[in-house]
Amino acid sequence: MADRRTGGQADCDRRAFLTAMAGMVFLSARPPVRQTVQDSLPGTGPAGRLWDPARAGRPLEPVTAADNDAAIQAIEKQIHCTCGCNLDVYTCRTTDFTCTVSPALHQHVVALAEQGMTGQQIIDQFVREHGLVILMAPPKRGFNLAGYFVPSLLIVAAGVILTLVLRRRTRSAAPEAVPARPLAAGTPEELERLRGELDRMSV
Amino acid sequence: MTLLGTLALWLALLVGIWGTLAGFVGGLKDRPDLARSARHAVFAMCGALLVAVVSLEWALFQHDFNVEYVAAYTSRNLPIFYTWSALYAGQKGSLLFWATVLSVFGSLALVLTPRHHRELLPHVAGVVSLVAAFFVSVMLFGQANPFHRLPYTPVDGNGLNPQLQNPGMVFHPPMLYLGYISITIPFAFAIAALLSKRLDTDWLVAIRKWTLLSWLFLSIGICLGMWWAYVELGWGGYWAWDPVENASLLPWLTMTAFLHSVMIQEKRGMLKKWNLALIIGSWLLSIFGTFITRSGVISSVHSFTQSSVGYFFLAFLIVTGTASFALYAKRLPLLAAEARLESMVSREASFLFNNLLFIGIAFSVLWGTLFPILSELVQGTKVTVGPPFFNQVNIPLGLALLALTGIGPLIAWRRASVPNVQRQFAVPATAGAFTGLILLVAGMRDFYALMAITLGGFVVGTVVQEFARGARARHHQYGEGYALALGRLIARNRRRYGGYIVHTGIVILFVAFAGMAFKTETEASLRPGESASIKSPYGWTYRLTHLGISQYDALNRQVTAATLEVSRDGKRLGVLTTEKRQHVDGLGRPTFQPSSEVGIRSDLREDLYVVLGGVVNGTEQAVFRFTINPLVWWVWYGGMIVALGGLIVMWPGGSPAAKRSQAGYAVRLVGEK
Repeated sequence: MADRRTGGQADCDRRAFLTAMAGMVFLSARPPVRQTVQDSLPGTGPAGRLWDPARAGRPLEPVTAADNDAAIQAIEKQIHCTCGCNLDVYTCRTTDFTCTVSPALHQHVVALAEQGMTGQQIIDQFVREHGLVILMAPPKRGFNLAGYFVPSLLIVAAGVILTLVLRRRTRSAAPEAVPARPLAAGTPEELERLRGELDRMSV
Repeated sequence: MTLLGTLALWLALLVGIWGTLAGFVGGLKDRPDLARSARHAVFAMCGALLVAVVSLEWALFQHDFNVEYVAAYTSRNLPIFYTWSALYAGQKGSLLFWATVLSVFGSLALVLTPRHHRELLPHVAGVVSLVAAFFVSVMLFGQANPFHRLPYTPVDGNGLNPQLQNPGMVFHPPMLYLGYISITIPFAFAIAALLSKRLDTDWLVAIRKWTLLSWLFLSIGICLGMWWAYVELGWGGYWAWDPVENASLLPWLTMTAFLHSVMIQEKRGMLKKWNLALIIGSWLLSIFGTFITRSGVISSVHSFTQSSVGYFFLAFLIVTGTASFALYAKRLPLLAAEARLESMVSREASFLFNNLLFIGIAFSVLWGTLFPILSELVQGTKVTVGPPFFNQVNIPLGLALLALTGIGPLIAWRRASVPNVQRQFAVPATAGAFTGLILLVAGMRDFYALMAITLGGFVVGTVVQEFARGARARHHQYGEGYALALGRLIARNRRRYGGYIVHTGIVILFVAFAGMAFKTETEASLRPGESASIKSPYGWTYRLTHLGISQYDALNRQVTAATLEVSRDGKRLGVLTTEKRQHVDGLGRPTFQPSSEVGIRSDLREDLYVVLGGVVNGTEQAVFRFTINPLVWWVWYGGMIVALGGLIVMWPGGSPAAKRSQAGYAVRLVGEK
């Protein structure tokens, strides 16, 4: 095998040398790399663009003061999003960021609030536009009262009936009075304590 | 393999029909040959359905996209665990899973049930065969055959819904299904008892483990579902009173009622009618839940695609419900109580009120779930029944139930005297009052939260008192150290003390639910370097600084990850990452809408919950939602403690005395220790 090194110098043919030189010229011709300024520190300029924004979902608008307004949120928590999610408008728009329905409903709430409407007026307006189905819970009137109160009334009624039946049965099942006789030595307190312990241990 | 799977389904159907006929006829006519044949039919059906499951899994793992189900729920790049769990991700596969697990449970019940219950077993085999055959028939005749082939073969499948690509998918649906499905075994024994007229406490003994198993699976399944919803759906909560969530809660409530009331029948021979009705009702509610999930009759984010399958379930529900209660009504004269209630102030009476509340809550949940349909029928107007409705109706009932959780164990069986009640209530009532006082002084003013934690203090006082008295008694009687005494106390009476552990878990859950009254949230759009603050209900302030967004590919998804630095009152806590995920198929094509992956920083007091909503104009300026959810880990710990208590209750063994006392108002021997 031929030794390709001579006198500590790297052996190099003309083609390789010319290629290396061309590369150096190309590199030196490129504009100098600028020191990148961190582009997004507060007040220093716009945030950098993402490599592929489509991956991050639907483009969003920056959050406004109205988005965090407690009064607006309280109204939106009473309004049902109609996208099929079963959530209220506030929860849907801050959860399902692919939904386009809840942001539109939110904008409508904000617009009505900016017109000077109160919370109740805004809700009434939504009911006029969409019907009662727009509310997260039906209003307490008419047949809807049955929705709210039938379970509680039935439970109370069942509780009263159960109490009456149990009282009647416990009376009829009460043991007949047995003449007192000294079954065991012990004070009433001790007997009561014994009875309590027996009851407790009988589980 | 799909041909084998379809053949296996047909075989299962035929064998199931035979098992139904042979089981009922064999039981009613006392024909041992038919009874044996019904038993073998259940085993054969189990074998056939297992072959069908293996066939479907084979198709899933082979990426046989010519099979419609495989193409609809998997893709080539779907991680292996999710490929496995695609078995029950869709309507058709979950029906197969239901039928298979039922046949496995049915076989186990037939093998493991002691011989002295053998008169019940033919009917049990009949009921199991009937229910499993129904599910198979839905697959074969309800256009729900998971082996259905497409007229073409897609290059890749659609993949699994991103929200199902969570470890919860591997555990939550099977647990919930196991809970639903295993209720069929107690139901089968109840029907067997009614048909065979063996209506003493014997059938209850046969189903004890099965009812506990169902309840345990349902409890774990519901808790895992809450965890899954919390970490995956991104709305910052774990329970939304969605119809499908409600459907899982309904049988849990009735089963819990049964687990309490059955003690009265075992000890006193009372409530036979009630217990039978509860078991039948629980099973019907499990079928009702299946109907709700699959019919599309009520809109839910969790439900399967709307299909005609729901009508099969509705018809089955009506037919089996009518038949079961008709049989029940016919046997009512045989279900007379063997003892009478002696006092209003007794454990029995407290259990009755406890049952009233469980059933009341179940009714109110069912009522609220169905009220939109009822409203449309009655007033022609569709209404929405959301969390505000359910909270308003159910929170007071839940608090009353929590109070009874503490009261019940303090009242003696049969009759409690005034001094006894005073002595029993002193410590727990003081604990509750003290807890409430501390909260008031600390400034808590939310009524329901205050009540929940105060009552929690009362119940914990009850539980601690029970454990302390029991351990002290053992210490005095046997000279055991307190730790050993406590261990043996639990080991020798697992049902009682395991039950108290479940109560402790329930208290922790209620406290956690109360914590959500103090949830705070805010939205912010931040450029890298910008910060937002959010105040915790504990008084400190979190500061979240947006560090930047990175995009990269991982497994079957393209990730956009935002990283935030978190500090609390100026002290750096670490970084939190929240993601947007665009799932893609094996060819890199997007399969679903981008989904959010929540960033959560938890400690015992609260969760900092961060969701990346998206970006502004394709830049690194990102929209975030920050939520502070207090006491969320208490939900998971509470669930674990409930499950631990349930396991202790159903663990085999225990002292002979305890077994006898559980075995049905048995004689306690004189002088027995």
